[in-house]
Amino acid sequence: MSHFGPKITELEEPFGLLTFSASAEDIIPILEYLNQNDRLRFKFLTDIAGIHFPDSKGKEFGVIYHLHGFENAVRLRIKVYLPKEKPEIPTASKLYASANWMERETFDFYGIKFIGHPNLTRILNMDDMDYHPMRKEYPLEDGTREDKIDALFGR
Amino acid sequence: MSEIKTVDSPEGFEGSGFFATSLDKVIGLARSHSLWPLPFATSCCGIEFMATMGSHYDISRFGSERPSFSPRQADLLMVMGTIAKKMGPIVKQVYLQMAEPRWVIAVGACASSGGVFDTYSVLQGIDRIIPVDVYVPGCPPRPEQILDGLIQIQHMAKNEPLRRREDPEYKALLKSYNI
Repeated sequence: MSHFGPKITELEEPFGLLTFSASAEDIIPILEYLNQNDRLRFKFLTDIAGIHFPDSKGKEFGVIYHLHGFENAVRLRIKVYLPKEKPEIPTASKLYASANWMERETFDFYGIKFIGHPNLTRILNMDDMDYHPMRKEYPLEDGTREDKIDALFGR
Repeated sequence: MSEIKTVDSPEGFEGSGFFATSLDKVIGLARSHSLWPLPFATSCCGIEFMATMGSHYDISRFGSERPSFSPRQADLLMVMGTIAKKMGPIVKQVYLQMAEPRWVIAVGACASSGGVFDTYSVLQGIDRIIPVDVYVPGCPPRPEQILDGLIQIQHMAKNEPLRRREDPEYKALLKSYNI
């Protein structure tokens, strides 16, 4: 951890899971170091997830990396917050091949752009969808919806 | 004497060495007792269908002995389970590949109306993309209910006029689905 010093913030260990935050510029060097350092050997990327907190200014979006070091049996969580004006972060798919689909999923649901990704297209939703459905910016009930007009449902 | 029950013969004139009835009734009788289902099972209703297919409930008793896993030889499309919007074009493709006459059962709440999945990614009932003949309610329905749906399709097949698939009303129905 001393290797990166001030680039690592909000270091905590809730429920025994080591967690820290980093910036979008530093995330790839950090992942590279964790992956390739002989003592750490975080060779497995468990998951990449997106978050959206519309009320936290300048930190609306987030990308969370879950790493697993098999030899040391240690799990690690890295959070990167992004502003809503520029939800962009470099891709980790060159480091972890599994990041390819995880980043496509995060793009699909949150619209976070992974710079340098080989094929950043929708993976789960329909290709002609024109919004990112997991963003917390839509009303709970869409009054203009036309795909459920059954009288029983009161629409 | 065999214990095997056969279906009653349709109304007609019987004499020594001949039996005369209408072609509609003979074809309807034959069709209704050999409906080949194509199971399109995507979730828990599909598990109930597996029970329906098994020896205990035994859908074969109703002439659906052979589940067809190619749409080209199937008569009856059984859609069981949640159909996501991304899956919609595939269901439609399967329906288009089936030859006439073809029937469709929507088994369970999801296939009929989207069910509890009132959300952006789920098709709110398969009748938005293909015409449906019988809706089986339930979440998931019991095998008895699925059998009841099949029996209703049998009634439809038995009583369907031979020209139904040619008449303008049916063609207008398909056209309303862009088929």
